[in-house]
Amino acid sequence: MVENVKALLKAHENLTREVYLDNENSTMVPKEVLDEMMPYYSQKAYGNPTLTHKPGWEAFEIIMESAQKISKFLGSKILEEITFTPGATEANNLALMGAAFANKHKGTKIVISEIEPINVLHVTDLLKKFGFTTTKVPVDKEGSLDLEKLKETVDKETVLASVSMANNEIGTIQPVKEALDIVKDKNPETLFHTDASDAYGRISVDVHDLKVDLATVSSYKILGPRGIGALYVKEGVNVDKILEGQIGTQKLWPGVENTPLIVGFTKASELAFQDFEANVAHMRKMRDKLVDGVLGTLSDVKFNGAKGDKRVPDNANISILRCEGEALTIELSLKGVYVSSGSACSRRLLQPSHVLVAIGRRFSEAHGSILMKTTRYHTEEDITYVLEVLPSAVNRIRGIVGSTGVD
Amino acid sequence: MSRVPLPYTQKVLDLFRNPKNLGKLEDANVISVAGNPACGDMITFYMKINEQDVIEKISFESYGCAANIATASLVTEMIKGLHVENAWEDVTWKKVTDEVGGLPSVKFHCGILAVGAVKRAIRKYYNQKGAAPDWLPKDLTFEEKQALEEEELAKKLSKRLKAAEEK
Repeated sequence: MVENVKALLKAHENLTREVYLDNENSTMVPKEVLDEMMPYYSQKAYGNPTLTHKPGWEAFEIIMESAQKISKFLGSKILEEITFTPGATEANNLALMGAAFANKHKGTKIVISEIEPINVLHVTDLLKKFGFTTTKVPVDKEGSLDLEKLKETVDKETVLASVSMANNEIGTIQPVKEALDIVKDKNPETLFHTDASDAYGRISVDVHDLKVDLATVSSYKILGPRGIGALYVKEGVNVDKILEGQIGTQKLWPGVENTPLIVGFTKASELAFQDFEANVAHMRKMRDKLVDGVLGTLSDVKFNGAKGDKRVPDNANISILRCEGEALTIELSLKGVYVSSGSACSRRLLQPSHVLVAIGRRFSEAHGSILMKTTRYHTEEDITYVLEVLPSAVNRIRGIVGSTGVD
Repeated sequence: MSRVPLPYTQKVLDLFRNPKNLGKLEDANVISVAGNPACGDMITFYMKINEQDVIEKISFESYGCAANIATASLVTEMIKGLHVENAWEDVTWKKVTDEVGGLPSVKFHCGILAVGAVKRAIRKYYNQKGAAPDWLPKDLTFEEKQALEEEELAKKLSKRLKAAEEK
């Protein structure tokens, strides 16, 4: 199998330009972030932060300083409200399971939006086994939460509500503040969690202003290293830990702290926020150029999700009709353009993206969708190149499709 | 929902980049379809079968992934010029999978679908003719059953999603 991949990679040897737009699924880590991390592997603070020696105290110092910085970026004042986890998946697992278990006496109902990320959907599925039931509140054609339905759904038995701040696939920004007010109005005891991974570094995320009880952020979604994220837990909110082991500085997550990754996450956050307005303006400019270019040159395409202020500035999601998504990602890859698709024919029966289905897209529209996310590092030339390459790639795949499967 | 790595072979990549016998066939006398866009995979075969029951011309279109395109392309090359009886006997999904140098297991169904579509085409040809030869089994083959099952699953999923949408 590895031999096959070597051949696939060889087919990419003569690329003149490469543009990485699959920042939903993994990202490059900028040199400034790596440079900040490297000394923590071999030069300093490589000790265990709970132990009584210099390298341990060094680790303790930098972890606490990092937590302080992340808590500030999130609008919290208290560093103890931040728990570092190995990523957003783990943070969401901890938030939902941990809050549900710790507060089961208050109720066993959970409310989430229909377009929550896969890890939230899977955790709520798992919680069924522990006696919890979950209701999914629908969204409209742009992916905005139906607040009336939310109001009808929350009751005295609702222990937890979870609504992402921005959707990872279509970028729609949810009215989290309104949603939280509705939830707390119906039941002040209900805890409110938001996965802010796709909002952090793109729009203002202020947990204090939003009054959320729990919030998830992820390092790799802001060009930090993979393998680290954080859960904000408001002071006084009860959350059980969900893994057993040696507890150190992170009261809700056992195991030895990964100091270099925590440093990298913090540096990536600093870079995202140090010139926040300019970063966001650049992402938006690149994204708009990309979207306008695609919509302007290709026929039979549909823009997925909300527009304007209701969308995060980096997300572009477009359905290309009469074009199968996986085939298109390969065709684009051979030209040095890396995107992901709402189609992943990885099972006998391919389930189209639940997010695209929730906003009313048909199968063919979901299977032919591509997801692209811009960063502050993309250039005008990058986007121009993508727009040059995309039409011929789409036309070739459409040529293979012909009239097959067109409904 | 899960994702799996898809390290396609050189042969799959080659056929994906340069598919053989692609497009509609204007003088086709048999057209067969397998799969459903709901499952992300659908193939159409166009065949011109002559008086001597020989597959004179064959082409395909595919709404599918690289494995789907590659296996469909390969099948057209394997059976072009064959008597339909030989095409029926010789082309199995295992053979198709071997010929493309192997497929990730989650993509086996692509080869199965391609072969299922060919078998359907041959049945259709004799249906149109009004008489089936003795060698043609009455029961559906493995590939035809699998194609049918995949289509049924897709229909169920469509219905479930439609019901969810109306609700």
